[in-house]
Amino acid sequence: MAGVTIGSAIAAMSLRNIVHCALLLTITFSGLAVLYLQLNAQFVAFAQILVYVGAVAILIVFAILLTRGSERTPDASQKKRGLGWGLLVALGTFGVICKAILSSRLLSPNAETAPSAPVKLIGRQLMENYVLPLEIVALLLTAALVGAAVIALQERRRPE
Amino acid sequence: MIEVVDQLWVNLKRMIVDHTPDQFRPLTSILLSIVPIVAVFPGLFALTTLLERKGLGRIQNRYGPNRVGWFGILQPLADGIKMLTKEDIVPRAADSVVHFLAPLVLLVAVLLSFSVLPYGRNMVPIDLDAGLLFFFAVGASTELAVFMAGWSSRNKYSLLGAMRAIAQMISYEVPLVLSAIPVVMLTGTLSVATIVSAQAQFSHGFANWNFFTPWGFAGGILFLIAATAESNRTPFDIPEAESEIIAGYLTEYSGFKYALFFLGEYLGLFALSALGVTLFLGGWSAPFQFLDWFPSWGWFFLKLLGLIFLFIWLRGTLPRLRADQLLRFSWKFMLPLCLINLVTAAVWHYSAQWALSAPFWIRLSIRLLVCLSIIIIPYLLLGTKLNPHVNKRTYRYAA
Repeated sequence: MAGVTIGSAIAAMSLRNIVHCALLLTITFSGLAVLYLQLNAQFVAFAQILVYVGAVAILIVFAILLTRGSERTPDASQKKRGLGWGLLVALGTFGVICKAILSSRLLSPNAETAPSAPVKLIGRQLMENYVLPLEIVALLLTAALVGAAVIALQERRRPE
Repeated sequence: MIEVVDQLWVNLKRMIVDHTPDQFRPLTSILLSIVPIVAVFPGLFALTTLLERKGLGRIQNRYGPNRVGWFGILQPLADGIKMLTKEDIVPRAADSVVHFLAPLVLLVAVLLSFSVLPYGRNMVPIDLDAGLLFFFAVGASTELAVFMAGWSSRNKYSLLGAMRAIAQMISYEVPLVLSAIPVVMLTGTLSVATIVSAQAQFSHGFANWNFFTPWGFAGGILFLIAATAESNRTPFDIPEAESEIIAGYLTEYSGFKYALFFLGEYLGLFALSALGVTLFLGGWSAPFQFLDWFPSWGWFFLKLLGLIFLFIWLRGTLPRLRADQLLRFSWKFMLPLCLINLVTAAVWHYSAQWALSAPFWIRLSIRLLVCLSIIIIPYLLLGTKLNPHVNKRTYRYAA
C-alpha cells in the first residue's frame, strides 16, 4: 500500500497533464487512508477520505479548471532554481519528521502495543481536553468562510 | 418458527462457513457477505426500472411498458440486452483511460457504501465503529467519478454539466450529513447497527423510531430532500435533465458504460434510502409490537420499497428546479433548518428530565408543542418572510 501511495505521489508530480496529476493525488490520499486503516485508526482513515478525497480533491480540480488561463510551462532556468529550493525544503521536512519519530516514546521497547481509539474516546477528548484548539479552529474556519463570501460578493457587484 | 425465518440468512451463512475447510473460512465468510449485496441490489435496480416506468405511466395516464413478457415484466431483461449489444463509442479526443474508469469508480464507491448497512437482525456485513462516517466518506467520493466523466469526455457541455452536478452534490451533502447528526448525538454512537437496535424497542406497543420524535420528523424530511438531491432525482435532476441539456456529464457515454452510470445512480439512491430507513424509520424493526413476528429483513426491504415508491411518485409529480433555485434552496433554507434541528434535538432530549409535577401525557404534549414550534416557526419564517423575492411567481403565458 505504501508502494501505491508513493508511486502515485511521484506520478502526480511528474505527469504533464495537470488534471491527471490531481486524479493521481486522490489515489495518494486514499492510499494514506488505507494505511491509517491498517494502523487500526478507523476514524482518521474515514475522515481522511471524507475530507481529502471528497472535498480537497474536488477543490483542487475546481481550482485547476477555473484558472486554466494562466497555464504555462516554466522554462529551464526556473526549473533548476526550483529544484535547489525544493531539495532544501524536502530535506528539512524529512529531518524534522525523523527527529519527531525518533524522539517519540512509541519507539521505546516498553510501549504498549497498538492503542485502539474508539470514536467515543476521540469525541470525549475533543470536547474535554482539546476544546480550546477545537473552538479556535472553528473560529478560523468561520472567518475564512465569511471572507470567501465577501470576496465572491464583491466580484459580482463590480461588472454592474 | 419466527426465530428460524428471522435468522434464516444468518444461520445459512454460518452453516456454509462451518462446512468449509478451515483455511478457506475467512474467504467464504467474506464472499457470503459480498455476493448477496452484489446480487440483490442490481436485481432491485432491474425491478425498480420497471416499477418506475410503470408508475410514471400510471401517473401520466398511459400504460408504460407492456409488450415484453407478462405485463412487461421482462422489460428490464430486454433493456439489459439492448444496452450490452449497443456500440460503445469513445470520442476520439477523449481521455480514454479516465473515460473508462469513471463509471467504475462510481459503481465501486456506491457498492462500498452497502457494506455497513444493517439489513436485518444480526445482518450487517461489517459493523464498523464509525460506520456512518464510512458511509458518508465513500458517498463523497462519487463526486470525483462525476468529474472524471465530465472532464474526460473533452466536451464543453459535459464539463459544464459535471461542474453543475458537483456543485449540487457538494451543496446537498452538507444538509444530508447535518440532518443525520441529531441521530448520532442522541444515540451516542456512529455504529449503524447500534443506531437501529436503539430504535428497535417498544414503548406502549409502539415502536421507538426516530421519525416519531419532533427532531426525527424534521430531520427525516430534510434527509429525504437532501438524499433526493444527492442522487440526482427529480426535482433535483438538472445535472442530467435529458430533455434540456442532453444528460450533462453523461453526454459522451453510450452502451454499457451508460448503463453502469445508471446502475450506480440507482444503487446510490437505494443506499441513501436504506440509510434513511436505518436512521429514522427504525431499520429492520417493526412499527408495532404485535407485528414483530414478520422477519426483520422483510421489514427492511418493505420500508426500502416504500421509500423507492415515494421517490417514483415525487418524480412523476414535481417539475425540475433551476440550478440557482436549487443551490439557494440548499444554502438558505435547508442548512439553517438543519442547524435549528440540532437545537430541537437537544431540547427534546433534556426536557425528558424536567421536574414538572404534571401527569405524563401533559408533560409529553408540552414537550411536543415546544419542540414542534422550535422547528415549525423558523420553517414558516424562512419560507415566507426571509426570502420574500423568491416566492413571487409571475405567470406570463399561462392564463
